[in-house]
Formats: sequence, C-alpha cells, structure tokens
Amino acid sequence: MTFELFLQHLINGISLGSLYALIAIGYTMVYGIVRLINFAHGDIIMLAAYFVFFGVGLFHMPWWLSALLSIVLTALVGMGIEKAAYKPLRDAPRISILISAIGVSFFLENFGIVVFGGRPQAFYSPKVFQGVIKLGNVSIINLGIIIPVITIILLMGLVYIVNNTRTGMAMRACSKDIDTAKLMGIDVDRIISFTFGLGSALAAVGGIMWGLKYPQLHPLIGIMPGLKCFIAAVVGGIGNIPGAMLGGFILGIGEILLVAFLPGLSGYRDAFAFIILILILLFRPTGILGEKVAEKV
Amino acid sequence: MLEIKDLNVRYGGIHAVRGIDMSVPQGSIITLIGANGAGKSSTLRAICNLVKKSGTISFMGEDISRLPTREIVKRGVSMVPEGRRVFADLTIYENLVLGAYTRKDESGIKNDIEWVYSLFPRLKEREKQLAGTLSGGEQQMLAVGRALMSRPKLLMMDEPSLGLAPLLVRDVFKIIQKIHEEGVTILLIEQNARMALKVADYAYVLETGAIALSGSGQELLQNQEVTRAYLGGV
Ligand SMILES: Nc1ncnc2c1ncn2[C@@H]1O[C@H](COP(=O)(O)OP(=O)(O)OP(=O)(O)O)[C@@H](O)[C@H]1O
Ligand SMILES: [Mg+2]
Repeated sequence: MTFELFLQHLINGISLGSLYALIAIGYTMVYGIVRLINFAHGDIIMLAAYFVFFGVGLFHMPWWLSALLSIVLTALVGMGIEKAAYKPLRDAPRISILISAIGVSFFLENFGIVVFGGRPQAFYSPKVFQGVIKLGNVSIINLGIIIPVITIILLMGLVYIVNNTRTGMAMRACSKDIDTAKLMGIDVDRIISFTFGLGSALAAVGGIMWGLKYPQLHPLIGIMPGLKCFIAAVVGGIGNIPGAMLGGFILGIGEILLVAFLPGLSGYRDAFAFIILILILLFRPTGILGEKVAEKV
Repeated sequence: MLEIKDLNVRYGGIHAVRGIDMSVPQGSIITLIGANGAGKSSTLRAICNLVKKSGTISFMGEDISRLPTREIVKRGVSMVPEGRRVFADLTIYENLVLGAYTRKDESGIKNDIEWVYSLFPRLKEREKQLAGTLSGGEQQMLAVGRALMSRPKLLMMDEPSLGLAPLLVRDVFKIIQKIHEEGVTILLIEQNARMALKVADYAYVLETGAIALSGSGQELLQNQEVTRAYLGGV
C-alpha cells in the first residue's frame, strides 16, 4: 500500500472516528450522572437525520437552517425522553429504567417506520460537502476534512463547558455524588436534563454528518452506529468524556484500517467493534481511561 | 429557628427515626448524640429533604418539609455530610465554589473563599490540588469550608471530627466555636460526646430512633446514664 493510499484511509478513519466520538459522548455523559445506558441514543441519530430531510424536502428550508433546527429539536427530544421515560423511574430498581430505555428505542424505530416510511430515502447533501481537495497525490472529499474540523471544535467546546463553567462543575459534581451535589444547592433535575440535551445535540450533529457521509436514510439507520458508539464509550471507560472521544477514534480508525489492510475481512467490518469490546472487557474492564471502581471511605 | 415536629424516617421496613420533636433556637449550639445506628444522620438528612420522611420541619417560621434540597440550602441551611464527601476529582477551589452554588454575588463569594482560607490556611496552600489528594483531616476542613460557602444561618455537621487525631479534634471544636461567634447557629452530631456536650447549649440523646433524653450540655454531662452510655464510664 502506498503512503498516499494509507493517508487517504487514515483520513477516512478519522472522519468516521469523529462521528463515533460525537455520538459516544452522549452515552458516557448520561451514564456518568444517571448510571443509565440510554439505548435510545442511537435512534436519536436517525431522528436528527430525518429532521434535516423533512426540513429541506417538506418545508423547503435552506439546508443549513434545517440542520440547525434539527440539532435544537433533537436536543429537545432527548430531554423529553428523559422527562417522560427515565425521570419517573429514577428511584426504581436499575433494571426498570434500563428496560424503559430499550422500550423507547423500539418505540422510536417503529415510530420511524410508521411515520417516515420504511423505504430508504436519499439524504440531501449540499455541494460544498462534495468538492474534492487535492493534497499532492492524496485527494480528499471536502466532507473528510469538514467532519473532523467540526468535531474538534465541538469537542473543545464541550471540554470547555465541562471544565470551566458553573454548569460543567455541577455536572462533574452530580456524576460523583448526587446527594452531596444537592446539598450544594444544585438543581440536579436541571443538570440531568441539560446533560441529555447536550448529549443529544452532539449526537444530532453526528447523525447529520452521518447522513452526509452515508446518504441513505431509513428508520433503523441509528442502530448500528448507536451500538458501536456505546462500545466506544465502554472502550474509553464509560462515564469518562475524553475516554469516549478516544474510544470513538480508535473504533473509527481501526475499522477503516482493518478493511484497508485486510480487504478479505471487509465482511467483518461491523464485527471489529465487538472484538475490541471483548478484548477490553477481558483485559481492562474499566476501559482505557476508566477509573478503578470508586472506593467509599 | 428550626422546629421539628413528629419526624419519622423509614427505609423500607426499618423505622430509623420515630417521631422526634426538636428545636434549634437562633444563635445556639445544639448537639445530637447517640449510639451507632440511632438515627442521627437520618435526622439531618431528613431536614435537608435527602430522604423520604413524614412530620413537619419549619425554618425561620416557614414550613420547609416539602421543599427540594436546593431551596432549603437557599434559605440558609447548610450541611457537612457524614464522611466528608468532598468532590474528589474537583480541585479544592472548585469544591469551595460549588459550596456557593446558590449565590450570585461574585465578589462576596471571592471574599468568603478568602475567609475560609483564613480559617483553614492549609486549604489555601493546596488550592489547585484535587480534593481527593488531601489527607482525611484536610478533607474534613474542606467539607466544613465548603458548607460555609453558602453563608448559612444554620450549619449542620455530621460527625466533623470523625477519624481525626485528638489534636485536630480540638481544632475542629475551636473552629465550630469560631463559626458560632460569627453568628451561625449550629446543629452538631458528634461521637465525641464529651466535647460536644461541653460546647452545646442544649443536647438531645437519640436511642433507636427516639429521643431518650434531653437537657442542657451541663445537665447531661452530669447525668449518670449518659455518662455510662456515651462518655465511657463513671
Ligand atoms: N439508606 C438506607 N437504607 C436502609 N437503611 C438505612 C439507610 N440509611 C440508614 N439506614 C438505617 O437506619 C438506621 C439509622 O441510621 P443513621 O445513619 O441515621 O444512624 P446514625 O445515628 O447516624 O449512626 P452512626 O453513628 O453510625 O453514623 C440504621 O439502622 C441504619 O442501618
Ligand atoms: Mg451517622
């Protein structure tokens, strides 16, 4: 394999990894605070893509406006799901809320099939994303640059919010000790809601860019990326935000390079994430950046 | 200032607090003593609405028993929870800032951080350090400092001297009195019953969830039953 070709694959891997990272963060942030695997998170991606699809196709809005509205709407849906399906179960046994999450996921998928139709649709992709940049012998589709750049900007923004704002500090406090966070006067419900909103908004960006990269839309489109991003969060250390980013990039880059170097295995592409998951669970169950199990003093 | 009537706390089948009446007058130091599992922590947690409970709790004449914890904190009640519970992966400075979460007065918060640092100079030296790296005693100081950051009218402390060396325990009591002199009313739970009774204006003895005895600190120090059960011998 030539160096140019390798570079091309690497860039492709980075942009897939970016999408995984954006989506994985939602899993990890929610888990960090509510200790819940939000199974509906994958389907949120699908909703975001359909929102853009309908914004442009049905309401004839400009693409950028549809994308913006989709992000806001998806964040609201994420917050709504928390209010309706998780909040009432917060004091119930852990398994109830998990089952509720699975229920929401099935609901969204079937809602999609009934309302959006099961037939695959073509996702609109504005021309700006399709141009090709040539760097020496390497030619990259604009999207291959735009996705990582947008991702990095968003991730830096997220890290800033979490580390340097009052709300971010409150999020970190809630993820360690809800009762003591309450004693500080933190409105824990609001922080949880904000966390769902933020995670869903990032997933929406991921979902929209997913649609640009793989422009075939159908109601079950969120399942596989959802699963892989959950794995990315576990690989990085669930509950740990930089971990989710790292896990996302490892899975994305790994998946693309696997196919590039061993084309014979390309049929196993989706299995790659699961193999990594099994390896991590065997050798480092808390994930790469995960902490040791918290000790109580 | 704080009036508790017929407080009950149940955890599933366990009836941990059984119909307690208590009163904490403004400007006083009140202490709550009792054996392990007597229901002391449950009582404080009930006041802050961190556990399900029945009964009425009023603070400054207002019924606070149905308010969410943050509203209770906003009204001037602050608590140092049992076992310190500092936020280990936040810095000392961030822990203190979180203590002032209900406040909006930036400059007042800055001043109070300095005030806490003057009470506990050790914390200032370690300002940027993660709270989890502090020693047990230092974490306890941080927990007290953090609770003060909301500028409470009533400070409730759940075993602030737990696990501290005797010398440090004396320091903690000095700090308690200093905070009290600044006009903060104090409700104190202590294993160290003798020291607690010495500083307390009034004390309640809790036994299996009910108040067995109450009286001024001096009275209880001289009470034989109390001496035998909580002060270690004659
Ligand atoms: N979350 C809980 N779930 C079930 N039972 C609990 C819970 N918290 C406390 N209890 C029980 O309630 C009773 C009172 O506990 P509490 O913590 O109030 O005692 P305490 O007086 O503070 O004891 P200690 O001096 O050991 O701190 C105990 O029997 C305890 O086992
Ligand atoms: Mg206790």
